[in-house]
Amino acid sequence: MSDQINDSRRNFLSKAAIAGSITIAPGVFLHQTAQAKSDDQAVSSNTRWGMLIDTDKCSKGCTDCVDACNNEHSLTGFDRPTTDAQYIRKVSLVEKQTGHEISLPMMCQHCETAPCVDVCPTGASFKREDGLALVDKHICIGCRYCMMACPYKARSFVHEEIKNQTLSAPRGKGTVESCTMCVHRIDKDGIPACVEACTEENHNAMIFGDLNDPNSTISQELKKHGGKQIRADLRLNTGVRYQGL
Amino acid sequence: MKKIEYTKIKGQSLAYYGLLAGLGFMILMGLLATWYMEHNGHYVTGMSNQIVWGMPHVFAVFLIVAASGALNVASIASVFGKKIYDPLSRLSALLAIALLAGGLVVLLLDLGRPDRLIVAITTYNFKSIFAWNIILYTGFFAIVGGYLWMMMDHNMHQFKKKVGLAAFVWRLVLTTGTGSIFGFLVARSAYDAAIMAPMFVIMSFSFGLAIFILVLMAAYNWTGRELGDAVIARLRNLLGVFVASVLYITTVYHLTNLYITEHHGVEQFILRDGGIYTNLFWIGQVLVGGLIPLALIYAPGVKNCRKTLGLISTMIIIGGLCQMYVIIIGGQAYPMEIFPGYEVSSSFFDGIVNQYAPTLPEIILGLSGMAVSLLLVTFMIKVLSFLPTSLADSVTDPHAK
Amino acid sequence: MTKCFLRISLILTGLIMLFPTQGIAETPFPTIHEPEGHGVECVEDEDEMRRNHMNYILHQRDKTMHEGIRTETYSLSRCIDCHVQPNDKGEVVGHDDKEHFCNACHQYAAVQIDCFQCHADRPQKYIKRASKPQALKEQLQEVLAAKDMGDAQ
Ligand code: SF4
Ligand code: SF4
Ligand code: SF4
Repeated sequence: MSDQINDSRRNFLSKAAIAGSITIAPGVFLHQTAQAKSDDQAVSSNTRWGMLIDTDKCSKGCTDCVDACNNEHSLTGFDRPTTDAQYIRKVSLVEKQTGHEISLPMMCQHCETAPCVDVCPTGASFKREDGLALVDKHICIGCRYCMMACPYKARSFVHEEIKNQTLSAPRGKGTVESCTMCVHRIDKDGIPACVEACTEENHNAMIFGDLNDPNSTISQELKKHGGKQIRADLRLNTGVRYQGL
Repeated sequence: MKKIEYTKIKGQSLAYYGLLAGLGFMILMGLLATWYMEHNGHYVTGMSNQIVWGMPHVFAVFLIVAASGALNVASIASVFGKKIYDPLSRLSALLAIALLAGGLVVLLLDLGRPDRLIVAITTYNFKSIFAWNIILYTGFFAIVGGYLWMMMDHNMHQFKKKVGLAAFVWRLVLTTGTGSIFGFLVARSAYDAAIMAPMFVIMSFSFGLAIFILVLMAAYNWTGRELGDAVIARLRNLLGVFVASVLYITTVYHLTNLYITEHHGVEQFILRDGGIYTNLFWIGQVLVGGLIPLALIYAPGVKNCRKTLGLISTMIIIGGLCQMYVIIIGGQAYPMEIFPGYEVSSSFFDGIVNQYAPTLPEIILGLSGMAVSLLLVTFMIKVLSFLPTSLADSVTDPHAK
Repeated sequence: MTKCFLRISLILTGLIMLFPTQGIAETPFPTIHEPEGHGVECVEDEDEMRRNHMNYILHQRDKTMHEGIRTETYSLSRCIDCHVQPNDKGEVVGHDDKEHFCNACHQYAAVQIDCFQCHADRPQKYIKRASKPQALKEQLQEVLAAKDMGDAQ
């Protein structure tokens, strides 16, 4: 019962957030209206979705983005940390040389030349035209080769039966999954749950947007201040970039 | 050289049926283990989101690699024209098919969705080395099957050599492919090496021959057929060369890795600090699977002792499994370098050595793969004439070369 | 010769008996609930849907998955939204219950449904959210604290 209330509260909040978004983070959502895609329209490569994470604004103890993601996809914990799924995790870094501490969220980097896609025997791991790396769980055979190949440990294997999935996040035993960049929200002109939560709570460490649109906030910000790829040496051209690394 | 006569084994003794039943039971247990793992989900195994490939893969890859090596004997006879190996060709090809089948069964039964076998066969991503391997395996069955046919059908004898050559090439490609499954994983420092593929080829020679020798000796011993010293001596020498090669290429692999700064960490881990992996490497792979067998092979005192040869082969198999364990699981246990230059920690086990303890069902599944291979061989030599009636020295005639 | 004939005729009789010739009339037809709201019509003819619903869903599945087309007409969630409703006792049953709209027929026809191993089998409003954000948050923070700098390699 309380869960349902929780649910509607959350929906209300997210609507409020979008309504108020112009003031919270100007420009983050503005470009979206310009490129809104209707439901019957296929996604195109004119868009490439990406994220920019400012590690300076990300604080160590905070897990708002993680909670939002877990809630959004109903990532039930079975209290088995080694086998429970994690789409997004908080990583703490200490630079060996200087002792400088960094905290950042880590999820699927939505690589352009994605190793997971290259190795997948059935083509279940695939890149959508707009740059998202997804798993088509209908044809995933659960071989876990993509998990071996991913340089960021972004993927989880569903190790046990799952009940009470949410409507927008189907997931089930025996297949592999990872951050979808909240594709179900993007397709409805929304923004990823983690970015929403981070913005809602006023941390503003995450920006989401279209990397192909030179006028989007993310492109502007990247142009001005740059953003690093993690393991840039692998030349995967990731869709998720970091500042302050 | 006399004409070799092949006959089916009688296979009517209690012991024969006992063997069949025993292997069948092992397979049944394997199926039960699979059911248990698939029904509950993989959390009941030792595998996790960090160690994604576990014990089943150790056995599966071992068997697949050994399969290609088991074909060696036939290749030496047909491609390199060494007559003495000719009578052994049929068994060699049969064993190759059986081992591959056993390995694939294990690989398949460990999938998250084994029920989607049809998907695995019908939807291909041609960029995936894994998908290529599926094609290579299927082709291997076809070619080696054809090769067997050429050998067993007198009207087809003239093609034997050509098909034998094709099988030889194919199986080299196949093992290269299996090695590349790991070689392509650039993100993991343990696997990021071009030498991975040739290493697998050499490993296949040694593992395949060890299994072949065991099966050959068992078959001739238990059926009371004659197996001459000439054949055995040859196989033994060959085995020595292969074991030495594996040791050599392992050394090269680790030396090159030590040359590459990025790989220092993982080398230190395997060679010095890895606990169980270090032990398995030095004791299992190097000592039991390499140095001791090598010493025994060339030890003058036990030159013609069959029992020692059996022991040597068994040790090589155990060493081989250790080697697979170190490569497959050790490679995953070592923390992935996502942030070079940083100390890393997270809720997803970043920056720490991943723990893995194989569970019983996994091991049973792996062993049942071996049982599948052996059952196939045991059964087939009864239905078709794979084994020469005698391999006595007078028959094999080493001087006819 | 006679033996062979006997054998064939035996096989044939067996095959014929496989067809439930008289059974059909008495076949219990599974009960399925009317969609929510009266006068609501399904997206296609009832007959058409009975025979070919899977083709519609399958086609839509690939479109949605790979092209991001999210029209609702033939989506699985649309089916569920209308067809899975509380029963007389006010309960909304899951897909493993024989009262569930899909399962009612599928169980009868002995055709396994794969959909609900991953997909929600009830309209969203009847699904209890599985994760409890607060508890999870605490757990996560605990893990983070425990795995703090100290025991990192
Ligand atoms: S981060 Fe990993 S899962 Fe995501 S696209 Fe890259 S390789 Fe694939
Ligand atoms: S686990 Fe699934 S998505 Fe990953 S490589 Fe295998 S089939 Fe592809
Ligand atoms: S984009 Fe969505 S799926 Fe990805 S980490 Fe954020 S909330 Fe999770």
